[in-house]
Amino acid sequence: MVTYQVQDVSPDMSFLEMLDLLNEDLTLKNEEPIAFDHDCREGICGMCGVVINGAAHGRSSSPVPTTTCQLHMRSFSDGATIDVEPWRAGAFPVIKDLVVDRTAFDRIIQAGGFISANTGAAPDAHAAPVSKIMADRAFDAATCIGCGACVAACPNGSAMLFTSAKITHLAMLPQGQPERFSRVKSMVAQHDAEGFGGCTNIGECSAVCPKEIPLDVISQLNRDLVASLFKRDGK
Amino acid sequence: MSTANPTDFFVVGDEIHDTKAPAGPIEQKWSTRKFEAKLVNPANRRKLSVIIVGTGLAGGAAAASLGEAGYNVLNFCYQDSPRRAHSIAAQGGINAAKNYRNDNDSVHRLFYDTVKGGDYRARETNVHRLAEVSANIIDQCVAQGVPFAREYGGLLDNRSFGGVQVQRTFYARGQTGQQLLIGAYQALERQVAAGTVAMYNRHEMLEVIVADGRARGIVTRNMVTGAIESWFADAVVLATGGYGNVFFLSTNAMGCNVTANWRAHRKGAYFGNPCYTQIHPTCIPVHGESQSKLTLMSESLRNDGRIWVPKRAEDCDKDPRQISEEDRDYYLERIYPAFGNLVPRDIASRQAKNMCDEGRGVGPKVGDARRGVYLDFSEAINRLGRDAVASRYGNLFDMYAQITGENPYETPMRIYPAVHYTMGGLWVDYDLMSSITGLYVTGQANFSDHGANRLGASALMQGLADGYFVLPNTINDYLAGAPFDKIDETHPAAVEAMRVVQERIDRLLAVDGDRTVDSFHKELGHIMWEYCGMERTEQGSHPRHRCHPQAARGVLEPRQGQRHERGLQSDPGAGRTSRRLHGAW
Ligand SMILES: Cc1cc2nc3c(=O)[nH]c(=O)nc-3n(C[C@H](O)[C@H](O)[C@H](O)COP(=O)(O)OP(=O)(O)OC[C@H]3O[C@@H](n4cnc5c(N)ncnc54)[C@H](O)[C@@H]3O)c2cc1C
Ligand code: SF4
Ligand code: FES
Repeated sequence: MVTYQVQDVSPDMSFLEMLDLLNEDLTLKNEEPIAFDHDCREGICGMCGVVINGAAHGRSSSPVPTTTCQLHMRSFSDGATIDVEPWRAGAFPVIKDLVVDRTAFDRIIQAGGFISANTGAAPDAHAAPVSKIMADRAFDAATCIGCGACVAACPNGSAMLFTSAKITHLAMLPQGQPERFSRVKSMVAQHDAEGFGGCTNIGECSAVCPKEIPLDVISQLNRDLVASLFKRDGK
Repeated sequence: MSTANPTDFFVVGDEIHDTKAPAGPIEQKWSTRKFEAKLVNPANRRKLSVIIVGTGLAGGAAAASLGEAGYNVLNFCYQDSPRRAHSIAAQGGINAAKNYRNDNDSVHRLFYDTVKGGDYRARETNVHRLAEVSANIIDQCVAQGVPFAREYGGLLDNRSFGGVQVQRTFYARGQTGQQLLIGAYQALERQVAAGTVAMYNRHEMLEVIVADGRARGIVTRNMVTGAIESWFADAVVLATGGYGNVFFLSTNAMGCNVTANWRAHRKGAYFGNPCYTQIHPTCIPVHGESQSKLTLMSESLRNDGRIWVPKRAEDCDKDPRQISEEDRDYYLERIYPAFGNLVPRDIASRQAKNMCDEGRGVGPKVGDARRGVYLDFSEAINRLGRDAVASRYGNLFDMYAQITGENPYETPMRIYPAVHYTMGGLWVDYDLMSSITGLYVTGQANFSDHGANRLGASALMQGLADGYFVLPNTINDYLAGAPFDKIDETHPAAVEAMRVVQERIDRLLAVDGDRTVDSFHKELGHIMWEYCGMERTEQGSHPRHRCHPQAARGVLEPRQGQRHERGLQSDPGAGRTSRRLHGAW
């Protein structure tokens, strides 16, 4: 743990702009800047993410769900000491400082988080209507940005919220049905193989999720997983 | 003032023409080209490889589609996952000529609107093709599970967007880009699992390898280990996005730094229309010197919000609610009574700048001026009620409140124009090949489809059209001549490319300077914004007029320091030196 002083922080700065300021200062002082991940800085790419004062994305300092890049310094009092740590989870090895390796998420998607529809093979978009209620449910789950906060917050280091969000997104749509049960089996198997822990329904994941993915997606996954014992879809 | 000639800064090259678009009426060119383009039989595709740099809509869709076709694809991005390309940030929607609204839309009308919107400066043959494949894009995305907005009957909803008279824009709440990109990403990961695509994330492309007249590879830096490596293939595709970040502040992601296109350009690929930049009028203003990027808010806000500044400069630091009606200048309504607040983007942007230049801007002073104007919903809240306003704009109001700490239901929002989209890019022919043989350029990285101004909801369409439907049907014409001569890292062109990259890095690291990389980027961005931004004069845009000559050379490597010259795991000293660059290299 290293302590840094940051001067001239304005309340309107974002948390990452505060880190930029610190890094500029460290660079001028011939010290090494702090490595952290970020790209869009508007809460949508999922690249940023650190634990702030013990809460993923600084959830405990923000009145609303947020990503690290959308947290602003007005959430902290002047002169405060802020603890910053990387995501901590067995399946997310630390690369350097605040940067971790989240490629396990990509491999969970590779295991089946898709609908097999080759380019050019699609029927007309209106061939399969989707009731608004199912479309909305699919959408709510599809808003996951793959940031990994859920894993960082979970005492078990489980990625069930992330995995279930994808399962639910695709299971609610008619296009997702043909691979529905093989998908859930292989994605869960990959989740476990990556070293993510099991889900014990603690709910810390959903509490820090910047996109408010609800816990009931995990129930959906569990239901589909049970059903997959009896139903086969050809894979 | 300098007396240098403009031609000191460029050479006039040979004329260049598109030779790939077939003759005949514009409606038949694409089907003719598809028929005439040479094919590669499925058994041979396995033996051919394609490098694709970029995993946004243009790159991700192309990598997935070429993988499905059976080619060996090597796909690169600088983020930690292909799903994070900046396509993710697009909010509004994607156009397609489906005519689901029965409002007289057609391929021809979409073509016409896009060309007209681009001030007749887009490549018409390419735009026609774009309109033709637009409907297939929606079909493809729905088949992948993209959750577009739907109506109660279960069919897709549409809205009108970008000032056109038909409702042809498909959308997914305010996150259309994210949902489209996740669709492409999932198709891509499916091919990674199938073994046709090899994905290299946290790799930054730093050079194109052109061997014996053909693009045959790239040089990358592994951003974790710092390793400089060369990669080879039968063709190279750049799908590397736009260059808004040359202005430092823009709505683009921090890493969108145009290195890839710039390197290709230095290798001889022509660059078209670099001057065409779209400035978006409704962005959240700059809060101070430490600002790192700007956030766009949907233009739909102008439907109900009224834009104003105080009539008198002395009122500019007052609480806006204390400024009486007669002391407010609703300048758009005053100057353009027929359009009011709905004037086109460029006019809304320019007038906001004019008001601030006159000293009537509002919000915090940044530098010597206040750069903001009010966008006021009080009248709409009185007329429609707070709930109705919340249901239309609630998510935008929340975003504004989170960023500024102000409640837009109670005090007027502040907005200011920001750099949003760059229409220019690498020159391509009808097949999307650049002026370097075998180097293809897709999506925002090329110059072809938007002319001088991009219509709303047409960039997503272009990215996916190029990636799913155009490139996979044109690149085979070139690959039919492959495999080309074997090439590896011992080829003189590869050795030279590696040497040049290494030398550039060594030179930067050796500078024991006293300024940070960001300070250069900010200064250069400021010059660009002031002199090549919303208003340009011949004098202002003259390179020697404003640019510090040393600084001007610095723009070649914007934000290098952010990307960790030697990688994250290198020796501790490296990061430090990498961020200390001097003005005089
Ligand atoms: C805030 C915002 C809102 C928008 N809203 C809309 C909208 O509503 N409708 C619409 O049609 N358009 C919209 N646009 C425009 C549209 O999103 C983009 O033009 C489009 O998504 C660009 O896609 P792309 O695939 O060409 O590039 P990008 O998505 O930018 O992808 C670039 C890729 O290249 C990679 N890359 C770049 N350089 C390198 C390098 N040197 N080495 C390795 N990899 C590299 C990146 O990693 C990334 O994967 C919006 C844009 C923004 C910024
Ligand atoms: S479920 Fe939420 S916290 Fe987890 S990766 Fe997705 S967006 Fe992030
Ligand atoms: S930087 Fe993209 S979500 Fe924070």
